[in-house]
This record gives sequence, structure tokens and C-alpha cells, in this order.
Amino acid sequence: MSSLSNYLIVSAILFMIGAAGVMFRKNVIVIFMCVELMLNAVNLTLIAFSQFMGDQQGQILVFFVMTVAAAEAAVGLAIVISVYRNKETIEIDKLNLLKG
Amino acid sequence: MTQLIPYIVAAPLVGFLINGLFGGKYKNKAIAGWVGTLAVTISFIMACGVFFDMLSMPAESRAIHYKLLDWINVGKVNVGISYLIDQLSIIFILIITGVGALIHLYSTGYMKGDPGYTRFFTYLNLFIVMMLTLVMADNYLLTFLGWEGVGLCSYLLIGFWFDENKNNNAAKKAFIVNRVGDFGFLVAMGVMLVAFGSLNYSDIFPTALGMGSGNTMLIIITMMLFLGCTGKSAQIPLYIWLPDAMAGPTPVSALIHAATMVTSGIYLIARSNILFALSPPTLEVISIVAICTALLAAMIALFQNDIKKVLAYSTVSQLGYMFLGLGVGAFGAGVFHVMTHAFFKACLFLGSGAVIHAMHHEQDMQKMGGLKKYLPITFWTFMLATLAIAGIPPFAGFFSKDEILWKAFSQGSAFLWFLGALGALMTAFYMFRAVYLTFYGKERFDTGHHLPHEVGPAMWIPLVVLAGLSVVGGLLGTPTNALDSWLAPVVEKGEALVLASKSIPTPPFASQIEQLLLIISVLVALTGIVIATLYYKRRTTLAAKEKNLGAVYTLSTNKFYVDEIYDKTIIQPTYTISNSFLYKIVDVKIIDGIVNGSAASIDWISGIIRKIQTGIVQNYAVMIVVGILVLVSYVLIF
Repeated sequence: MSSLSNYLIVSAILFMIGAAGVMFRKNVIVIFMCVELMLNAVNLTLIAFSQFMGDQQGQILVFFVMTVAAAEAAVGLAIVISVYRNKETIEIDKLNLLKG
Repeated sequence: MTQLIPYIVAAPLVGFLINGLFGGKYKNKAIAGWVGTLAVTISFIMACGVFFDMLSMPAESRAIHYKLLDWINVGKVNVGISYLIDQLSIIFILIITGVGALIHLYSTGYMKGDPGYTRFFTYLNLFIVMMLTLVMADNYLLTFLGWEGVGLCSYLLIGFWFDENKNNNAAKKAFIVNRVGDFGFLVAMGVMLVAFGSLNYSDIFPTALGMGSGNTMLIIITMMLFLGCTGKSAQIPLYIWLPDAMAGPTPVSALIHAATMVTSGIYLIARSNILFALSPPTLEVISIVAICTALLAAMIALFQNDIKKVLAYSTVSQLGYMFLGLGVGAFGAGVFHVMTHAFFKACLFLGSGAVIHAMHHEQDMQKMGGLKKYLPITFWTFMLATLAIAGIPPFAGFFSKDEILWKAFSQGSAFLWFLGALGALMTAFYMFRAVYLTFYGKERFDTGHHLPHEVGPAMWIPLVVLAGLSVVGGLLGTPTNALDSWLAPVVEKGEALVLASKSIPTPPFASQIEQLLLIISVLVALTGIVIATLYYKRRTTLAAKEKNLGAVYTLSTNKFYVDEIYDKTIIQPTYTISNSFLYKIVDVKIIDGIVNGSAASIDWISGIIRKIQTGIVQNYAVMIVVGILVLVSYVLIF
């Protein structure tokens, strides 16, 4: 059993990798996966705290997050498919209809 | 009888509402005339009732306050819709409703067949309401309401035949020139609020008495009020609208622009006689302006060929005499002349209306002549009124004009009297010139068909009544002193103050001098008549002869170029400034510049700011992350 900080460091690294991916990758599906990575980094934090503080509520919250993430993945992939049908691309910097 | 007071105003108001609201539905248009006439007649009868009631009271309790409604209650200022009926206002009420009823009756004949018949009586009744409000009010603000109201009616009635542009221009001129005067009235009321904290006559006059003679506030107030009077009562420098106002129907000229509305300035000063008596400089100004107006207008009237223009300038001139009376502190004499002038000038205007009616709307006296045998009633009534205005005893104008001239001599100076007598000479001349050109000599119009015929009874009855009043009206004044003693409670304080401030010793042989001056002024009037008779009674080719007079004729017929001078000095510069500065610089450059500039600057700023919105989602994500980092580091560091 390692200490709490190890878990937190790992989850922070995962979160930053995810955030960097969201910010800098071009492919929408990759960005999507990076979002999932960020969610799971948060999940890891929740579980670590739950374990070390002896409070089951954190574990319950993780289930909720996973449920929402699954739903979100389904909706998000559907959007990506429909965007591809319209634009024939999923490069995010091509999708700039809202440019001011 | 005092409970009748509000109904004096209400009767013409009801007439106005009935004709105004239902006038379009009348099957027989004559109803409008009868409703209008009846309304004013009822008003006159009630005014008579109040008058006889006042006669039976002791002199000092004749002033009746009648509070109808609260109007403005702000802080210490209390202004009500409330009336003050006293010796002064009842005279004006009787003139307004009495002469007004006669002129309404006359109009039923004169305006017959006019497409605007109903509208005419609607306006005329509204005018009576406003004029009564003006003279019955017990405070300056309600007086001002009537003041503006009569100005509005004057505008509407001058431009009554609005399909001719000339009439509209005359109406606008009257309205705009009057605004200049109204500005003075407004300023005066503002200063009164500062100086007295009230606008009620009953508060202001006692306070003013305590302020003493020559107080600066009082001088400002009275000067400004007098500016208002020069507008409404057609004095120099604002008299120019009155001659043009003759574009309206002739009964309007008789009622509004001769008998009633134009005398409201005299009413205002007579009402405020205490304020004016305490401001000797203002009285000086009034005397000078008045005598200049009287002479200038008389000189212009000398060679006018339009019968109504002669009467219009004569009105301006006579108003000058009234102000001369006020200016030398003879407030009662001024009011006396208002009354006699209302009789003879209304009669003259209605007579000229009968002539114009008979001549099928021809107003040029060069094209009349010899009307005596066609219009006998009109001729005789016109003649009596002319004798009255010329100042021949025992007609009305003789007594009132000579009372003013005597006061000008005894309380002013011999020079004022001399100028006044000169004006009387010209008055006698131009009035008899008008009579001769119109009624004597050969017919200078087409006698082939449509001979002129005498007017119907609706028109000659008012003429006869007014001519009768022009004959006997003067007896109320000097010979019996009835009017003087009647008015004394209102004006005696002011008159005494003026005398005290001038401290003139009673000249020796005062009554002998007065009689001498009377004889002189009768001789002067007779001279004017004789000159007119010599030159105009039988001659028919007059225009050519008049031109031989040179400068006098040129100046007179061109109205001393006053309109042209105003055009060059005021109107054109106003147009030029409006066009070249106010329009092309202030409006186009500054106002439009501010409006367009604010729009343009917002466009420019948003052009910069909108670059933030790239449409690329990742940029937003970067901003969110950077924002969070900044916030978190802020929390951690501090």
C-alpha cells in the first residue's frame, strides 16, 4: 500500500496529459479520448481519497462519473460521425463556423 | 349673484364644446351661429347680474373672490383656478361679453355660406372663454393661461381661411411675434416667484407696497410684463403682427384685434398698477414707447388704401394712447379709453365688414366710392364711430382721448401732450379720408350689374347698437366721473403713488388750462377733418396727387419699411445663422458627428475585440486552463 501522495501524483500527471491533449491535438477522437483520460484521472483521485479516509461516498461518486462518461461517449461519438458526414473531416481547427 | 361667476366662463365653454363636438353633424349650419351667439349672450346677461349686484354693495366690498378649484400646490406656492371679480375686471367682462355677443350676432350674417361656418363659431366661443379667463383670474398664472389661449384663438382665426398661404403667414407672424412678448411675461412670473413667493394678486400687491419705490426686482418684473404687453397689445417693437392679422375674417378683426384681445395688455398693467407705480423707470419707458407707437401708426395709416389696414394701424395708434395714459399714471383713463375704443373701433370694423361684404370682398378703397346711397345704415353708423374716434364732442372718443391727453399734460409734459395732439390730428385726417374714399364721390367700381346692397338685420343691429354706444359711451367718463369713481378702489393707490413719486405741484389755473387744451384738441380734430374734406370729398384721382407728397407718402405707404428692417436685421440673419451655422455646422457636424461617431467607435472597438472569438474550440480550452492556473496560483501565493 503506497502513500496517498503517490496516487495523487499519478492522477495529476494523467490529468495534465489529458488536458494537454485536449488543448493541442487536432483529431476530435483523440481529444475525446483525452477528455476521458481527464475524467478517469479525477476518478482515481476520488477513489484514493475514499480509500484513505474510509468514506464510501467517493466510490459511489465514481460510479456516477463513469455512467455519465459512458453516456457522454455515446453522444460525443454520434456528433463526431455526423460532423464527419457533413464536413468530411474531423480536424478540430477546420471546425470554426463560430469565428467572429 | 356671486355664485353665477363660474357660469360666466362656463356658458361660452359649453357653446365651444357643443359646436366643436357636434358641429359636423348639424343638418342646418345656422344652428352653430345661434348656439355660439346664445352662449355669449347668456354670459353677458349673467355678467350684468353680477354687475348690478356689485352696484348695490358698498364700494370697498365690491371685490369678490371666487375659488373654483385648487390647481397647483407646491411648497408655499398656491395657485388656484379662482376668480377675482372687482370693479376693473367687471368692466372688461361686460365689454368682452357685450361686444362679443354683438359680434357673434353680426357673424351669423357675415359668415353665412362659408364652408367653415361651424368652425368659426367654435373658435370664437373658445376665444371668449380664454379672454374671460384672462380678465377674471385672481393670479398671474391663470391670467397667463388666458393670455396664451387668446393668442392661440387669434392664430386660429387669422389663419381661418387657411387655403391661402398669405393668411397662414399672417397667422404664423402673429403667433411668433407674440411668443417674444410671452417670454417677457414668463420671466416676470419667474421673478415674482423669487421676489414674492406667490403669483396671487392679493399676496403680491401688499408685499410690493412694503418694498418701496424703485426696487430693482419690481423694475425687472414690470419691464418684463410690459414686454409681454408690447406683444399682445401691439406696441413698438412688436406691433408688426397686428396689421397683418387683418387677413382674418372681419368680425375677428373687430372682436379680437380691436375690441378685446389687444387691450389685454392694458388690463394687465391696470391690474398691476401698484407694481408699475412703484417702478417709475418702467412708466417712463411705457410713455415713450406709447407715444412713439401712437404717432408712427397714425403716420402709416395716413395713406393706406386698404380699408382694414387703415383701421388696423388706427388700432395700434389708439392702443398707443391707452398706454400713454397708463405710462403717465392715469390708469383709470387708460381703461376708459379701452371701453370707448371697444365701442367705436368694433363699430368701424363691423362697418368696414359690411362694406367689404357689399363689395364682394373688395378691400381697396380706390375701388369703392359713393357707397353712401347704397349702404345708408352702414354709412351713418360708420360716420358716428368716425366722429367718436376723431375726438369730436360729445362722442365717446372725445372724452376718453382728452382725459388721456390732459393727464399726459399734467402728469407728463407739455411735449407729450403736443405729440398726442399731433396724433389726434392725423387720426381725424385718416379716418375722414377713409370715410370720403369709401362713401363719397363717384362709384369707382363696376356699376353695370350686382349693385351693392345694404346688409341684413343680423349685421346692422350690432352696427346700430355699437354706434349708439360710441355716441353715449363717453358720458360715463369725464362728464359724470362715474367710471373714475367706480374704478377708484382698484387704481387709486397706484395713481396716488405715481403722483407722489413725481411730486408735481398742481399748476395754477389747472381747470382753465384743462378747458383750453380741450378747445385746442377739438380745433385740432376739426382741422384734420377739414383737410380730409378739402382733398378727398370730391376728388376721384387721388393716388396721383398723394405721390406729390414725396418722402412722407413713400414712408407711409411703405409702413416706414419696418417689416423690411426686421427682415434684414432679424429674420434674414436668423435664417442665415440657422442655415450656415446651426444647420451646416451644429446639426450636420456636431450633432450628427456625435451620433455617427459613437456608432463608428463601437464598430471599431468591436472589430478589435471580436478577434478573440476564433471559432476554434481549443483556443477556448487554453484560455480556461490558463484562467484556472492564474486563479489557483493567486490563491496559493496570497
